[in-house]
Amino acid sequence: MFKKILIANRGEIACRVIKTARKMGIATVAVYSDADRNALHVQMADEAVHIGPSPAAQSYIVIERIMAAVRATGADAVHPGYGFLSENRDFAAALEAAGVVFIGPPSGAIEAMGDKITSKKIAMEAGVSTVPGHMGLIADGDEAARIAGEIGYPVMIKASAGGGGKGMRIAWDEAEAREGFGASQREAAASFGDDRIFIEKFVTQPRHIEIQVLADGHGNCVYLHERECSIQRRNQKVIEEAPSPFLDEATRKAMGEQACALARAVGYTSAGTVEFIVDGSRNFYFLEMNTRLQVEHPVTELITGIDLVEQMIRVAAGEKLGFAQADLKINGWAMESRLYAEDPYRNFLPSIGRLTRYRPPMEGPGLRNDTGVYEGGEISMFYDPMIAKLCTWAPDRAEVIAGMATALDAFEVEGIGHNLPFVSAVMGHPRFQSGNITTAFIAEEYPDGFKGAVLSAAVLEQVAAAAAAMHRVAEIRRARISGTMDNHTRRVGDDWVVSLQGERLALTIAADKGGATVSIGGRALRVEGDWVPGQTLARMVVDGQPLVMKVGKVPMGFRLRLRGADLKVLVQTPRQAELAALMPEKQPTDTSRFLLCPMPGLVVSLAVAEGDEVQEGQALATVEAMKMENILRAGRSGVVGKVHARAGQSLRVDEVILEFA
Amino acid sequence: MKDILTELEARRAEARAGGGARRVEGQHTKGKLTARERIELLLDEGSFEEFDMFVQHRCSDFGMEETRHPGDGVITGWGTVNGRQVYVFAQDFTVLGGSVSETHGAKICKIMDMAIQNGAPIIGLNDSGGARIQEGVGSLAAYGEIFQRNILASGVVPQISLIMGPCAGGAVYSPAMTDFIFMVKDSSYMFVTGPDVVKTVTNEQVSAEELGGAGTHTKRSSVADGAYDNDVELLAETRRLIDFLPLNNREKAPVRPFFDDPARVEASLDTLIPDNPNQPYDMKELITKVADEGDFFEIQRDFAGNIVTGFIRLEGQTVGVVANQPMVLAGCLDIDASRKAARFVRFCDAFEIPILTLVDVPGFLPGTAQEYGGVIKHGAKLLFAYGEATVPKVTVLTRKTYGGAYVVMSSKHLRGDFNYAWPTAEVAVMGAKGATEILYRSELGEPEKIAARVKDYEARFANPFVAAERGFIDEVIMPHSTRRRVARAFASLRGKRQQNPWKKHDNIPL
Repeated sequence: MFKKILIANRGEIACRVIKTARKMGIATVAVYSDADRNALHVQMADEAVHIGPSPAAQSYIVIERIMAAVRATGADAVHPGYGFLSENRDFAAALEAAGVVFIGPPSGAIEAMGDKITSKKIAMEAGVSTVPGHMGLIADGDEAARIAGEIGYPVMIKASAGGGGKGMRIAWDEAEAREGFGASQREAAASFGDDRIFIEKFVTQPRHIEIQVLADGHGNCVYLHERECSIQRRNQKVIEEAPSPFLDEATRKAMGEQACALARAVGYTSAGTVEFIVDGSRNFYFLEMNTRLQVEHPVTELITGIDLVEQMIRVAAGEKLGFAQADLKINGWAMESRLYAEDPYRNFLPSIGRLTRYRPPMEGPGLRNDTGVYEGGEISMFYDPMIAKLCTWAPDRAEVIAGMATALDAFEVEGIGHNLPFVSAVMGHPRFQSGNITTAFIAEEYPDGFKGAVLSAAVLEQVAAAAAAMHRVAEIRRARISGTMDNHTRRVGDDWVVSLQGERLALTIAADKGGATVSIGGRALRVEGDWVPGQTLARMVVDGQPLVMKVGKVPMGFRLRLRGADLKVLVQTPRQAELAALMPEKQPTDTSRFLLCPMPGLVVSLAVAEGDEVQEGQALATVEAMKMENILRAGRSGVVGKVHARAGQSLRVDEVILEFA
Repeated sequence: MKDILTELEARRAEARAGGGARRVEGQHTKGKLTARERIELLLDEGSFEEFDMFVQHRCSDFGMEETRHPGDGVITGWGTVNGRQVYVFAQDFTVLGGSVSETHGAKICKIMDMAIQNGAPIIGLNDSGGARIQEGVGSLAAYGEIFQRNILASGVVPQISLIMGPCAGGAVYSPAMTDFIFMVKDSSYMFVTGPDVVKTVTNEQVSAEELGGAGTHTKRSSVADGAYDNDVELLAETRRLIDFLPLNNREKAPVRPFFDDPARVEASLDTLIPDNPNQPYDMKELITKVADEGDFFEIQRDFAGNIVTGFIRLEGQTVGVVANQPMVLAGCLDIDASRKAARFVRFCDAFEIPILTLVDVPGFLPGTAQEYGGVIKHGAKLLFAYGEATVPKVTVLTRKTYGGAYVVMSSKHLRGDFNYAWPTAEVAVMGAKGATEILYRSELGEPEKIAARVKDYEARFANPFVAAERGFIDEVIMPHSTRRRVARAFASLRGKRQQNPWKKHDNIPL
């Protein structure tokens, strides 16, 4: 076995590899760029080597820098993680030349699977199902209809030079195929000056399902079942689970065996993933093979009990797999949520900066959190904005979703925008819960972006009851201040009106030693919990159901975040509520008239002055944030009215830079 | 007997009706509550005791004898906020536009006198059209009497002004002399002369909102200390502020039960200071991580953001915080920041509220605008305020503290009780580059030599140890233990007694 492994990566995956290496008694070497000087993986490793400036192109993917670190530390093997150099043939070859083991597949397999066309060809030869299609030139509509008939409807008619949906048609029968061919050809000629057209099978209700394989250098290859990764946003996976709620035993076996056949065909060793697209009738077609450890590998580990990194290391060290296909059972259900520093309320714009608060839920049976950050650490603009991979395990899918929802509610991340509320909302989405998902789930269910989850009346009642009980505790504490008039102290009342999500609920609290019974409209809810003022997380139990909420303070109540909702919850006395109802609704300012500062930053320059006419898209101002100069452009054409900001001024987020006349 | 009781009830009902249902509705339509409704929300339920409910004006000019209202446009009395006594007056816009008559003024003066005598804060709810013209000089006299009491009460009991409608002309000078002014957005304004007069005299066209609305006074003029969306929110937050304040200048700041470990370790503070010395960070993160339960009541949030002022609690007891904010103008001191912080420090000192100062200051802002504006005297205000303050003073230097600004920010030389520094602190006469360029002027043509000098200067002076060796810093502390160290420091100062030499009063450079 190896004495020392260098991990040619950063972030959570570097930390994750270090954990397994440590468990196996192998020393670890981390590498880091300028930006990662204080990163978690550097703190965790036994040794750490600086490999250059912050941009990955000058550090993490410079083969020579990694090789120098290998030589300097005397590591006898290198784990590449995912991304960076993990599928770089030259890197594998350089290590081989230096007599250092690459913990991954042979360079030949990387190369063979690295090219879309070659890999598809090899897959077809190995008997793997691929998307049927016709790559040759098609003369006319008749030929198109004939080919489409051979492939089987529906088909996709596509311009070779296509892009952006232009020159693309879906045909469900022969007539549509003829018509579609003509239309596509004309459009392609007009748009691209190239009217070449090809046809392939159109996969309906597509799901992304992939098979994890593991092969050793002794001819053994097994599959560790599937992962379903259909919940994607713009081809980026967001939520993954294993097993798939869609596959039956026969499909699983067929896919697994084809995946192994492909692995054997290219002489694969180590862990790898064969990705398939699966249609609504469980037809599956090969997409590509990833010759590395996948981001979402933990869900496979959770249902099989196999440590994939450990297996990769053992295989690389020449060991035989210690188990056969028959030993690999699916145990329960696992799910992974990828938490990214992307603000769902701002169209998932990356949000970088300091993690002023980072408190993941406690790991334990059924809960795993792979992370590379810590409270007070930085989400850097140089790399993937991943914060953590939160995984839950349970005996079945419903429970794993419930566990994930609670774990997300208890996960505190502050200081940057992140997608946690969005993922939480998906957990509560009936269609997601039903398992009836496709890769278009997010596009179909959130066509206008994400504006926060809307909670059901039942949940709102629970939240209202909990908030009222919490507010009462806080008010009693306030009345216990020093300097009160003896015998004339304030008595905190039992009647409250809770306003949230546009609803007003009148309720009465009967508190006792163990908690409180809250009556709302004739129903009684039992609220228990040990929340005290100042705690940012309230773990309440309402009518026996756990209710975990992130708690912030607002005048007369709380900001409560749970299950993808961000609620302003007012808890008022009946009189307060009655008078508050008289207050005018403040209309949010019409922001389209304003150019607002999208992030805290410094105004470097203003490109326009009062009275200037500007066109949509024209640069208006430059704001420096995190040493990055961001050019702010006009969202519409118009005339510049008042300019509020001046060069050199520091602005907060949403502060007005200028307004249009 | 029964008839007399009935009559009392009838008279009370008449007084409580204010200007009548139509005017009350008018007030509501404008998004405003009535004076009585406001008092209800400000005070603990059922705690209000009214004075002078039946007072009426004595004017008989201009047909005023026809329009008499019990209470005469202002409601006065006392009650409790979370059980602690306060005096309150609320002008009733529904009665003669809340205008100030002699008797209206006398009612306010009566409760101000009682507040001073009995040692409880005065909360004024302003919503008045101004002087009652019909009463002429009598009305002016009423203002004068109120002003005199504002002045006498200053530094004796906290005075808070809530501007909840118009407040114009001479009327503005009563709030102006109180400790804090809060406004309601969109429905309140304050100015000495209104838009009409402004137009006549200067030809400037300006709306009331632009001239004296909440935005103007919280962001530009700094007349107001904060603004809220509506009456209900303003009154709730005023209750929250009162919880931070002592009742009078003979009492310590209030203490309440707290649910936060005074020894709480905040590991994330060890990475608060960025590696790059020119990169800003948010000082408010340090404030909220030091404070009990992260609770911070900020004063003048929207003005002079380069310095942050407000109240927190440590071990349940109020502490005033003054902190340079590197996010704005690199945290430098300028005219606005000096004035803002000086006034806050003097409030704390007047009312025995200990002061925590968090320092990261590169110096005073240079430029003609500052010099012409009198930064010398304005900067001196903050220096003076710190130097005369006798309350417990604990200071934490986080990063830069250069030049005169170092001395100003509650340094040891101004009787700072505990002056802590983080290891990242740099106490120096100026930054390394500036210093070497002066010290080694002859080498300016040789960039390598200068670079070496800068490095050398940084190594020797860009740290807290030179100051610590002289005792100007009492201790260099780990950032993660700041809360514990600061809390212990204040705990050790609970018995602090310090007296300035006897004087009639000082002569702070106003």
